[in-house]
Amino acid sequence: METNETGLIARILAGEKELFHDLIRPYERMVYLTLFSIVKNETEAEDGAQETVISAYRHLASFRGEAKFSTWLTTIAINEGRKRLRKAKGAAEESIEEQAEDYEGDFTPAPMTDWREIPLEALERKELRELLGVAVAELPDIYRQVFTLRDLEELNVEETARALGINPGAVKVRLHRARMMLQKRLVPVLKTSAPARRGFFGRAQ
Amino acid sequence: MKLECKHVWEHISEYIDGSVDAKLREDIERHLEHCEICSAILDSTRNILVLTADDRTFELPVGYSERLHERLAKELLSFEKDSKKE
Repeated sequence: METNETGLIARILAGEKELFHDLIRPYERMVYLTLFSIVKNETEAEDGAQETVISAYRHLASFRGEAKFSTWLTTIAINEGRKRLRKAKGAAEESIEEQAEDYEGDFTPAPMTDWREIPLEALERKELRELLGVAVAELPDIYRQVFTLRDLEELNVEETARALGINPGAVKVRLHRARMMLQKRLVPVLKTSAPARRGFFGRAQ
Repeated sequence: MKLECKHVWEHISEYIDGSVDAKLREDIERHLEHCEICSAILDSTRNILVLTADDRTFELPVGYSERLHERLAKELLSFEKDSKKE
Protein backbone atom coordinates (compact mmCIF):
# COMPACT_ATOMS: atom_id res chain seq x y z
CA MET A 1 0.00 0.00 0.00
CA GLU A 2 2.84 2.36 0.80
CA THR A 3 4.48 2.12 -2.60
CA ASN A 4 1.10 2.87 -4.06
CA GLU A 5 0.96 5.92 -1.83
CA THR A 6 4.42 7.07 -2.86
CA GLY A 7 3.34 6.73 -6.45
CA LEU A 8 0.20 8.72 -5.80
CA ILE A 9 2.15 11.51 -4.16
CA ALA A 10 4.57 11.69 -7.06
CA ARG A 11 1.71 11.94 -9.55
CA ILE A 12 -0.02 14.65 -7.53
CA LEU A 13 3.17 16.67 -7.39
CA ALA A 14 3.61 16.17 -11.10
CA GLY A 15 0.25 17.79 -11.71
CA GLU A 16 -2.52 15.22 -11.24
CA LYS A 17 -3.97 17.23 -8.39
CA GLU A 18 -7.32 15.47 -8.32
CA LEU A 19 -5.60 12.37 -6.98
CA PHE A 20 -5.17 14.12 -3.66
CA HIS A 21 -8.77 13.16 -2.93
CA ASP A 22 -7.76 9.49 -3.13
CA LEU A 23 -4.58 9.99 -1.15
CA ILE A 24 -6.45 11.49 1.78
CA ARG A 25 -9.49 9.21 1.81
CA PRO A 26 -8.01 6.41 3.98
CA TYR A 27 -7.01 8.98 6.62
CA GLU A 28 -10.16 11.05 6.98
CA ARG A 29 -11.19 9.28 10.13
CA MET A 30 -7.72 9.44 11.63
CA VAL A 31 -7.46 13.17 11.02
CA TYR A 32 -10.84 13.82 12.62
CA LEU A 33 -10.10 11.68 15.70
CA THR A 34 -6.73 13.37 16.18
CA LEU A 35 -8.36 16.80 16.09
CA PHE A 36 -11.18 15.68 18.34
CA SER A 37 -8.75 14.28 20.91
CA ILE A 38 -7.30 17.78 21.23
CA VAL A 39 -10.20 20.20 20.79
CA LYS A 40 -12.98 17.93 22.16
CA ASN A 41 -15.64 19.65 20.10
CA GLU A 42 -17.22 18.26 16.94
CA THR A 43 -17.43 21.48 14.94
CA GLU A 44 -13.92 22.54 15.86
CA ALA A 45 -12.63 19.08 15.06
CA GLU A 46 -14.29 19.09 11.65
CA ASP A 47 -13.07 22.59 10.77
CA GLY A 48 -9.62 21.62 11.97
CA ALA A 49 -9.70 18.44 9.91
CA GLN A 50 -10.49 20.47 6.78
CA GLU A 51 -7.64 22.88 7.51
CA THR A 52 -5.32 19.94 8.09
CA VAL A 53 -6.14 18.40 4.73
CA ILE A 54 -5.79 21.73 2.89
CA SER A 55 -2.50 22.38 4.63
CA ALA A 56 -1.24 18.91 3.75
CA TYR A 57 -2.14 19.60 0.12
CA ARG A 58 -0.34 22.92 0.06
CA HIS A 59 2.75 21.50 1.68
CA LEU A 60 2.83 18.14 -0.01
CA ALA A 61 6.07 19.02 -1.81
CA SER A 62 7.78 19.27 1.57
CA PHE A 63 6.84 15.70 2.49
CA ARG A 64 10.08 13.85 2.02
CA GLY A 65 8.99 10.37 2.88
CA GLU A 66 11.27 10.03 5.91
CA ALA A 67 8.17 9.49 8.02
CA LYS A 68 5.11 7.63 6.86
CA PHE A 69 2.54 9.83 5.18
CA SER A 70 0.08 9.00 7.98
CA THR A 71 2.52 10.22 10.65
CA TRP A 72 3.26 13.38 8.70
CA LEU A 73 -0.44 14.06 8.34
CA THR A 74 -1.04 13.36 12.04
CA THR A 75 1.65 15.88 12.95
CA ILE A 76 -0.13 18.54 10.88
CA ALA A 77 -3.42 17.62 12.56
CA ILE A 78 -1.87 17.89 16.03
CA ASN A 79 -0.42 21.30 15.26
CA GLU A 80 -3.76 22.47 13.91
CA GLY A 81 -5.52 21.20 17.03
CA ARG A 82 -3.07 22.87 19.37
CA LYS A 83 -3.37 26.13 17.45
CA ARG A 84 -7.15 26.01 17.84
CA LEU A 85 -6.87 25.20 21.52
CA ARG A 86 -4.54 28.14 22.12
CA LYS A 87 -6.88 30.44 20.26
CA ALA A 88 -9.86 29.22 22.24
CA LYS A 89 -8.23 29.38 25.61
CA GLY A 90 -6.06 32.43 25.09
CA ALA A 91 -2.39 32.88 25.73
CA ALA A 92 -2.76 31.82 29.35
CA GLU A 93 -2.99 28.22 28.27
CA GLU A 94 0.28 26.46 28.87
CA SER A 95 1.68 24.22 26.25
CA ILE A 96 0.45 20.66 26.47
CA GLU A 97 3.99 19.43 26.96
CA GLU A 98 4.28 21.33 30.20
CA GLN A 99 1.91 18.91 31.83
CA ALA A 100 4.50 16.60 33.27
CA GLU A 101 4.52 12.88 33.88
CA ASP A 102 4.19 13.47 37.59
CA TYR A 103 0.44 13.74 37.31
CA GLU A 104 -0.84 12.42 40.59
CA GLY A 105 -3.49 9.84 40.03
CA ASP A 106 -4.58 6.34 40.66
CA PHE A 107 -3.46 4.07 37.88
CA THR A 108 -4.38 0.76 39.41
CA PRO A 109 -7.02 -1.28 37.63
CA ALA A 110 -10.42 -2.21 39.03
CA PRO A 111 -9.97 -5.63 40.63
CA MET A 112 -12.50 -8.42 40.08
CA THR A 113 -12.41 -12.15 39.72
CA ASP A 114 -14.28 -12.75 36.50
CA TRP A 115 -14.95 -10.86 33.32
CA ARG A 116 -17.76 -11.66 30.98
CA GLU A 117 -16.63 -10.61 27.54
CA ILE A 118 -18.74 -7.85 26.00
CA PRO A 119 -19.12 -8.73 22.32
CA LEU A 120 -18.71 -6.16 19.54
CA GLU A 121 -22.40 -6.50 18.67
CA ALA A 122 -23.15 -4.74 21.94
CA LEU A 123 -21.92 -1.57 20.24
CA GLU A 124 -25.25 -1.46 18.43
CA ARG A 125 -26.50 -0.01 21.68
CA LYS A 126 -26.14 3.74 21.68
CA GLU A 127 -25.79 3.96 25.45
CA LEU A 128 -22.78 1.65 25.39
CA ARG A 129 -21.09 3.72 22.68
CA GLU A 130 -21.74 6.83 24.72
CA LEU A 131 -20.30 5.28 27.87
CA LEU A 132 -17.09 4.45 26.05
CA GLY A 133 -16.93 7.80 24.27
CA VAL A 134 -17.38 9.82 27.44
CA ALA A 135 -14.81 7.76 29.33
CA VAL A 136 -12.21 8.44 26.62
CA ALA A 137 -13.18 12.11 26.28
CA GLU A 138 -12.77 12.65 30.00
CA LEU A 139 -9.25 11.25 30.24
CA PRO A 140 -6.72 13.98 31.07
CA ASP A 141 -5.51 15.59 27.82
CA ILE A 142 -2.04 14.07 27.68
CA TYR A 143 -3.41 10.57 28.20
CA ARG A 144 -6.32 10.93 25.80
CA GLN A 145 -4.05 12.09 22.99
CA VAL A 146 -1.64 9.20 23.34
CA PHE A 147 -4.53 6.75 23.68
CA THR A 148 -6.15 8.13 20.52
CA LEU A 149 -3.02 7.82 18.43
CA ARG A 150 -1.98 4.42 19.76
CA ASP A 151 -5.23 2.55 20.33
CA LEU A 152 -7.73 4.23 18.03
CA GLU A 153 -5.49 5.12 15.11
CA GLU A 154 -3.01 2.32 15.66
CA LEU A 155 0.15 4.32 15.26
CA ASN A 156 3.13 2.56 16.82
CA VAL A 157 5.11 3.89 19.79
CA GLU A 158 7.74 5.62 17.62
CA GLU A 159 5.19 7.23 15.34
CA THR A 160 3.14 8.46 18.29
CA ALA A 161 6.24 9.88 19.97
CA ARG A 162 7.28 11.66 16.82
CA ALA A 163 3.81 13.06 16.11
CA LEU A 164 3.39 14.40 19.65
CA GLY A 165 6.98 15.52 20.05
CA ILE A 166 7.55 13.43 23.18
CA ASN A 167 9.88 10.52 23.86
CA PRO A 168 8.84 6.88 23.40
CA GLY A 169 9.10 6.21 27.12
CA ALA A 170 6.50 8.89 27.81
CA VAL A 171 4.23 7.35 25.19
CA LYS A 172 4.36 4.00 27.00
CA VAL A 173 3.74 5.51 30.43
CA ARG A 174 0.83 7.63 29.24
CA LEU A 175 -0.73 4.79 27.30
CA HIS A 176 -0.52 2.49 30.30
CA ARG A 177 -2.14 5.08 32.53
CA ALA A 178 -4.84 5.84 29.98
CA ARG A 179 -5.73 2.17 29.66
CA MET A 180 -5.78 1.61 33.39
CA MET A 181 -7.96 4.67 33.95
CA LEU A 182 -10.39 3.43 31.31
CA GLN A 183 -10.44 -0.05 32.79
CA LYS A 184 -11.06 1.28 36.27
CA ARG A 185 -13.81 3.59 35.15
CA LEU A 186 -15.55 1.31 32.67
CA VAL A 187 -15.46 -2.10 34.32
CA PRO A 188 -18.05 -1.34 37.02
CA VAL A 189 -20.50 0.22 34.55
CA LEU A 190 -19.94 -2.33 31.81
CA LYS A 191 -20.50 -5.16 34.24
CA THR A 192 -23.91 -3.83 35.15
CA SER A 193 -24.84 -2.66 31.64
CA ALA A 194 -24.28 -6.05 30.06
CA PRO A 195 -26.70 -8.39 31.77
CA ALA A 196 -25.52 -11.94 31.59
CA ARG A 197 -28.39 -14.21 30.77
CA ARG A 198 -31.43 -12.18 29.94
CA GLY A 199 -31.77 -12.75 26.21
CA PHE A 200 -29.53 -10.95 23.80
CA PHE A 201 -27.99 -7.95 25.57
CA GLY A 202 -30.84 -7.61 27.95
CA ARG A 203 -33.60 -7.70 25.40
CA ALA A 204 -36.38 -10.11 26.18
CA GLN A 205 -36.20 -13.17 23.96
CA MET B 1 10.42 -15.70 40.41
CA LYS B 2 7.00 -15.22 41.88
CA LEU B 3 5.30 -12.01 40.87
CA GLU B 4 2.93 -9.99 42.95
CA CYS B 5 -0.33 -8.78 41.45
CA LYS B 6 0.79 -5.17 41.63
CA HIS B 7 3.86 -5.94 39.62
CA VAL B 8 1.74 -7.61 36.95
CA TRP B 9 -0.56 -4.57 36.78
CA GLU B 10 2.39 -2.29 36.13
CA HIS B 11 3.23 -4.27 33.02
CA ILE B 12 -0.24 -5.06 31.72
CA SER B 13 -0.16 -2.45 28.98
CA GLU B 14 3.22 -3.56 27.67
CA TYR B 15 2.16 -7.18 28.00
CA ILE B 16 -0.88 -6.49 25.82
CA ASP B 17 1.37 -4.82 23.25
CA GLY B 18 3.78 -7.74 23.33
CA SER B 19 6.67 -5.51 24.32
CA VAL B 20 7.79 -7.15 27.56
CA ASP B 21 10.93 -9.28 27.38
CA ALA B 22 10.70 -13.06 27.25
CA LYS B 23 11.55 -13.61 30.91
CA LEU B 24 8.96 -11.19 32.22
CA ARG B 25 6.37 -12.55 29.80
CA GLU B 26 6.95 -16.00 31.19
CA ASP B 27 6.66 -14.76 34.79
CA ILE B 28 3.44 -12.90 33.98
CA GLU B 29 1.95 -15.90 32.25
CA ARG B 30 2.79 -18.16 35.15
CA HIS B 31 1.12 -15.67 37.48
CA LEU B 32 -1.97 -15.44 35.27
CA GLU B 33 -2.42 -19.20 35.36
CA HIS B 34 -3.36 -19.15 39.01
CA CYS B 35 -4.51 -15.56 39.61
CA GLU B 36 -8.17 -14.96 38.80
CA ILE B 37 -7.94 -11.27 39.58
CA CYS B 38 -5.10 -10.50 37.22
CA SER B 39 -6.63 -12.66 34.50
CA ALA B 40 -9.92 -10.79 34.79
CA ILE B 41 -8.14 -7.44 34.72
CA LEU B 42 -6.25 -8.46 31.61
CA ASP B 43 -9.39 -9.75 29.89
CA SER B 44 -11.44 -6.68 30.73
CA THR B 45 -8.69 -4.30 29.59
CA ARG B 46 -8.33 -6.12 26.28
CA ASN B 47 -12.09 -6.16 25.84
CA ILE B 48 -12.35 -2.42 26.50
CA LEU B 49 -9.58 -1.71 23.98
CA VAL B 50 -11.36 -3.72 21.30
CA LEU B 51 -14.64 -1.93 22.01
CA THR B 52 -13.17 1.58 22.00
CA ALA B 53 -11.21 0.94 18.80
CA ASP B 54 -14.33 -0.10 16.91
CA ASP B 55 -15.39 2.46 14.30
CA ARG B 56 -18.90 2.57 15.74
CA THR B 57 -17.70 3.91 19.08
CA PHE B 58 -16.47 7.21 17.69
CA GLU B 59 -18.72 8.16 14.84
CA LEU B 60 -17.78 10.92 12.46
CA PRO B 61 -20.27 13.78 12.07
CA VAL B 62 -22.85 13.05 9.37
CA GLY B 63 -21.66 14.47 6.05
CA TYR B 64 -18.11 14.99 7.30
CA SER B 65 -16.45 13.28 4.38
CA GLU B 66 -18.60 15.02 1.75
CA ARG B 67 -17.88 18.45 3.23
CA LEU B 68 -14.18 17.67 3.45
CA HIS B 69 -13.94 16.72 -0.22
CA GLU B 70 -16.05 19.68 -1.27
CA ARG B 71 -13.70 22.02 0.51
CA LEU B 72 -10.72 20.24 -0.99
CA ALA B 73 -12.22 20.46 -4.49
CA LYS B 74 -12.55 24.22 -4.08
CA GLU B 75 -8.96 24.42 -2.94
CA LEU B 76 -7.74 22.44 -5.93
CA LEU B 77 -9.63 24.76 -8.25
CA SER B 78 -8.28 27.93 -6.69
CA PHE B 79 -4.76 26.53 -6.84
CA GLU B 80 -5.25 25.87 -10.51
CA LYS B 81 -6.41 29.43 -11.15
CA ASP B 82 -3.43 30.77 -9.22
CA SER B 83 -0.99 28.80 -11.27
CA LYS B 84 -2.66 29.82 -14.54
CA LYS B 85 -2.31 33.48 -13.59
CA GLU B 86 1.42 33.15 -13.19
